[in-house]
Amino acid sequence: MIPGTTAVTPDTITKQVTIQAPPSRVWRALTTRAEFATWFGMELDADFEVGKATRGTVTYQGKPITMPLYVERMDAESVFAFRWHPFAVEPGVDYEAEPTTLVEIKLEPAGRGTRLTVIESGFERIPEHRRARAFAMNSQGWAIQVENIARHVDA
Amino acid sequence: MSTRSLTTAARAGAPIFAALGDETRLRIVAKLSGAGALSIARLTDGEDITRQAITKHLAVLADAGLVRDVWHGRERRWQLELAPLATARTYLDLVSERWDGALARLAALVETDD
Repeated sequence: MIPGTTAVTPDTITKQVTIQAPPSRVWRALTTRAEFATWFGMELDADFEVGKATRGTVTYQGKPITMPLYVERMDAESVFAFRWHPFAVEPGVDYEAEPTTLVEIKLEPAGRGTRLTVIESGFERIPEHRRARAFAMNSQGWAIQVENIARHVDA
Repeated sequence: MSTRSLTTAARAGAPIFAALGDETRLRIVAKLSGAGALSIARLTDGEDITRQAITKHLAVLADAGLVRDVWHGRERRWQLELAPLATARTYLDLVSERWDGALARLAALVETDD
């Protein structure tokens, strides 16, 4: 993989990388259940189908957390889009009632490889307490937090 | 970051890590995040822990600047102090890092094929 660019606005994260495999191969990894589980870390109870929700399960600190994932668009080898609940890490929360973000993954041929763009948008609708909770539950979050404190104390 | 700021960062970060390096205190933080301010009675709810022990843990967290007490009438409650720091930007940094991990795994998966 050739690392690419990241752009962040308050509502949207955009990432672009180049993967050394053709779009057809990347598409298969994005959209088949078993392969999706491998790289995304989420087990699905049904195959992706446009307009349908599949239930995804992630294991967080040994506990299974289940949430719906809504497939919005599947244009073969080109665009895969779904809505989900980022940082769903709290067992017992009914995520179905919560706002989702939209994940759009776009593929374009780049030489013999694939240029992949991820656009995740809708973060402004995620409630503050979910953001704070994501931090409290996530060790990476603490590392970032300490960096922020460093920036803060440095200013 | 300069050497000076790294030292400053370490100084700022050390008590935080120490305060969080404990299962009970981490649970208190998790409980307080999203809950607003809670009394000690509410914090001991469902926990196998005494009020005295919770009070001690809260003192450690308060020393690290992670929680502070607020008075609601005659009731003392505790709230998280990191909430203002967990701004939109830092949350997105976390999500961004998650995508980095996911995309690296995706690439590893498809690039190892023959």
